[in-house]
Amino acid sequence: MTEQSDATLALIAALPFIGALFPGLMIRVGRNACALSAGWATLSALILLMIHSTVIWRGEVVVYRIDWMPMLGLNANFRLDGLGLLFATMILGIGLLIILYARFYLSREDPMGQFYTYLMLFQGAMLGIVLSDNILMMVIFWELTSLSSFLLIGYWKHNRAGRQGARMALAVTGLGGLALIGGMLLLGNAAGSYDLSVILTKREEVLASPYFAPMLILILLGAFTKSAQFPFQFWLPHAMAAPTPVSAYLHSATMVKAGLFLMARLWPVFAGTDLWFYLVATTGLITMLIGAKIAIFKDDLKALLAYSTVSHLGLITMLLGFGTTAAATAAAFHIINHTIFKAALFMTAGIVDHEAHTRSIKRLGGLRVLMPITATLAIITSLSMAGLPFFNGFLSKELMLEEAAHTSWLGNPWLVPVLATLGGLFSAAYSFRYIGHVFLGPERKDYPSHPHDPPFGMWAAPALLAAMVVVIGVIPQAVVGGFLNVVADAITQEHLHLHKLKIWHGFTPALGMSAIATLGGLAVFYFFTPLERIWVATPKPDAKRMYDALVMFLHRNLGRISNNLHDGRLTKFLGIFGATTVALGLFAYVSGSHTPGTREMIAPTLVDYIGTILLIASTMAIMNYHRSRLLVLVLIGINGLIVSVIFVRLSAPDLAMTQVTVEVVTLILMLLALHFLPKHTPRESNWSRRSRDATIAGAAGLSVAALSWALMTRDFETISGYYLKHAKPDGGGTNVVNVILVDFRGYDTFGEIIVLGIAALLIFALEEALMDGRASRKLANWIHEMRYSKDRHPLMMVVATRMMMPTSLMVGVYIFLRGHNDPGGGFIAGLVVAIALLMQYMASGFAWASDRIQFPYHAFIGWGVLTAGITGIGAWFNGFPFLTSDFGYVHLPPIEEFELATAMAFDLGVFLTVVGAVMLAIYSLSRIARRTGESVNVSPMDYDPSTVDPFEEGHIRNVRTTGEER
Amino acid sequence: MEALLAIVIGLQTAGGLYLVLRRRTFSVIIGTALLTYAVNLFLFASGRLAIDMPPIYTPGVENYTDPLPQALVLTAIVISFGMTAVAVLIALGAYLESDIDHIDLRRDPNDLDLDPDEIPWEQDPRDPGLEAPRGDFG
Repeated sequence: MTEQSDATLALIAALPFIGALFPGLMIRVGRNACALSAGWATLSALILLMIHSTVIWRGEVVVYRIDWMPMLGLNANFRLDGLGLLFATMILGIGLLIILYARFYLSREDPMGQFYTYLMLFQGAMLGIVLSDNILMMVIFWELTSLSSFLLIGYWKHNRAGRQGARMALAVTGLGGLALIGGMLLLGNAAGSYDLSVILTKREEVLASPYFAPMLILILLGAFTKSAQFPFQFWLPHAMAAPTPVSAYLHSATMVKAGLFLMARLWPVFAGTDLWFYLVATTGLITMLIGAKIAIFKDDLKALLAYSTVSHLGLITMLLGFGTTAAATAAAFHIINHTIFKAALFMTAGIVDHEAHTRSIKRLGGLRVLMPITATLAIITSLSMAGLPFFNGFLSKELMLEEAAHTSWLGNPWLVPVLATLGGLFSAAYSFRYIGHVFLGPERKDYPSHPHDPPFGMWAAPALLAAMVVVIGVIPQAVVGGFLNVVADAITQEHLHLHKLKIWHGFTPALGMSAIATLGGLAVFYFFTPLERIWVATPKPDAKRMYDALVMFLHRNLGRISNNLHDGRLTKFLGIFGATTVALGLFAYVSGSHTPGTREMIAPTLVDYIGTILLIASTMAIMNYHRSRLLVLVLIGINGLIVSVIFVRLSAPDLAMTQVTVEVVTLILMLLALHFLPKHTPRESNWSRRSRDATIAGAAGLSVAALSWALMTRDFETISGYYLKHAKPDGGGTNVVNVILVDFRGYDTFGEIIVLGIAALLIFALEEALMDGRASRKLANWIHEMRYSKDRHPLMMVVATRMMMPTSLMVGVYIFLRGHNDPGGGFIAGLVVAIALLMQYMASGFAWASDRIQFPYHAFIGWGVLTAGITGIGAWFNGFPFLTSDFGYVHLPPIEEFELATAMAFDLGVFLTVVGAVMLAIYSLSRIARRTGESVNVSPMDYDPSTVDPFEEGHIRNVRTTGEER
Repeated sequence: MEALLAIVIGLQTAGGLYLVLRRRTFSVIIGTALLTYAVNLFLFASGRLAIDMPPIYTPGVENYTDPLPQALVLTAIVISFGMTAVAVLIALGAYLESDIDHIDLRRDPNDLDLDPDEIPWEQDPRDPGLEAPRGDFG
């Protein structure tokens, strides 16, 4: 088939979603505007579709491909062929009628904006399914229909049945959707592509797949749940608690047909195999019979129609299951016919409900006199449903019986024809009942509300559909013959020459079966009262009760499991998580194959041994004394220090500098926090608990050690050659680590400083939140359990830090400037400067120092991120992508020639953010301390020799007394 | 050298995980700090070990260490500071708001699924914070 690429195809799929944005807003203007805003999107999409349809009529396919993740096979590919056109026309055409009908159906109390938004969402999802070429995208739209139909079914939120029905529909179709994902992945894998255009040509590959059976079963689970096939048929009648426009749209015309669409779509791949025949045809046959039988005895109009829908869906499924091209054609024809008459029937049922205020057949009858228009429409469409000549339902039913007549099941040639005739009989029976018990018969006096024909707007839509029923029924070939051929070609992916559709085929077996069915239907209708008595008397399995029992069972048992797992004890989760991770690692190790590493080892020297022993000793000590929290902070400092030394030893000067500076600020932070936390950890775990944790931790440690060993003893390919080669010529710096940070992977760094900034602001926000409420009151009444030195701000420290301040700032600037070529850079310089500032705070108290160093640290973070961002954007003006750096050499007379790189401005941003983040974190903690009534010094130190005479008697005694107290 | 580093990484992981499995916020924070060292060293080791090979381009030098893991670890160290700081403040806030620095939720004493080998802490007669630390890996 020839393909045509057209971008408007994607627009058709997008239009309903765009249309979904408006009703919620337009409802403020009025209900008509609201309905119009939904209608225009549908209408535009329908017009666009009709423009494309000319191409389809020529037997071509319209495609539009947008590459999204080609490596994963996940692309936004659209495809429109005959089958897609059929469904898209149904979705948009019926959608338009439903929008019109709903405008008059919904009452003033109903939130119409919401309704149309949901409806358009659903329409978009449905359209997405039928226009997707990529099956993964199709699955996404598939799930979207489940979700939006959930919203639509539960639209009357006050209605308990509606909420339950919505939940049930979501549970069943959602579950099927999950199965479908699995099936589609298997299918895509077997076919080697996730694009339908390819999959449809790969029948042999798919059939040869070892996963053929699970694949087919999973896909069919998706299709059967969606199309309410046995044994999943029970959700559909319960979904009828939805408003009638929803039932008419979702549960007759579109959503329940999605499963049929899927089966028809994949028909060329699967049809004709035994598994397909026995699964699909049998399920369809059973569904057809069960649905039709139940429908006869339903008193609720919508329930009757719901079960009849189940039955007709079963009929179409069965036809698809037969696997012959003629049966597939009949299926396509019945999809068209059923949509038309069933949507109209739902609308007439809605009108009756709307006017008579009841849907119970037992309370209705004789409406033909009171509502002649509605009655006419209902009778025409019902007769079509019953399969009487001159109505469209007759034609496709004939074709179905014809196919059933020569289908044998497990070698039995009678089973399928007889059961199919029986299905037709039931179908005729409930159709006659719908006519006879609602519209015919004597007029009654006891309708809950006196019925009369609705306004034109409400019956316009069903009238149009009823007209189509008759027109197709009388002159089928002229109206739908050509179209059906296009659709059948698309389903079968062959070029078929169909027989002309006509009413009279001569005396065929199908005609006989049809006659039996109609007469039998009349007989059932005639003997309805005694039959109903038998029906009521026979015990029946109640699907809803079984479903509820299953849900309760799962709820109770799974609830027990998750209550046990998620009981709020983090230690438990962490234990489970740790143990599971170790177990998975062990499984991977045992099930994989290994060879020892071949990389040449580095011989350790004495210093290496000493460092290792120190680190081991401090780690063991941390575990041993972890209850004594202050001691642990000292010990963890040792760990940090030795890790920095390891970085020095292993040729990573930048890391060593970063580690050692981060260590300092982290420890200060933890010390500040520890001030307000208990100083010791009580003993709470007994021996078995501790040994359990030790086992998990030990196993994890061993695995990580083994993993590191395995990693380090193997050679590898690195991409760093590129960075080493291009750092100087392209990045303008020789410190490759820094050039990677500010240039090659500048985007990462940009993200990282933003994260760091957010973390600091989060700390600030948390602290602000703590400052009012319980924590604040507690802090205000804080009782210091420890005794403090009276000399809070010692003279020596104040003087020393004061003197070091300029030097350390200079070091910071120096480290910043050399960073591009030598170890250093914005991160390290930021930390160094932060430490220099911190030392001032420690020496004279935070509040005292803050009054003098008046930097708003939030602003530092903001400016830092801005500077980095603006530097990155600067590249755009030179026509380069974001964050491309540039550099040049500058010569200012007194100084040597030096280099200026834009990366330096970026690094400045990093620097500012790091200073701001560190200082804001410490600032927040010190504000907590202030709340406890920590006083602020007037002078920088407690004992200031410049203001006090050191030889004054009293003062010396004062100092000495303080010493004795200690 | 590789073996020594592997031992160090493994030991810090084990110690970190053990402390993370304790029940008080402070132990968990120290545990994550230890885990951070281990993870950073592990990431660093993924560039393989090199002695006396600069990550700095120098004319005439043939062999370089792998600079990429170093750049990644550098930012990881700084970010882990941010993470620790947030965790510390959350722990502090939780303690100040609830008077307890336990990481587990208060349990329902009527809960029949109670793990028998765990002492419900609200019935712990010992005053938290006053018991002398003991070197017994507890």
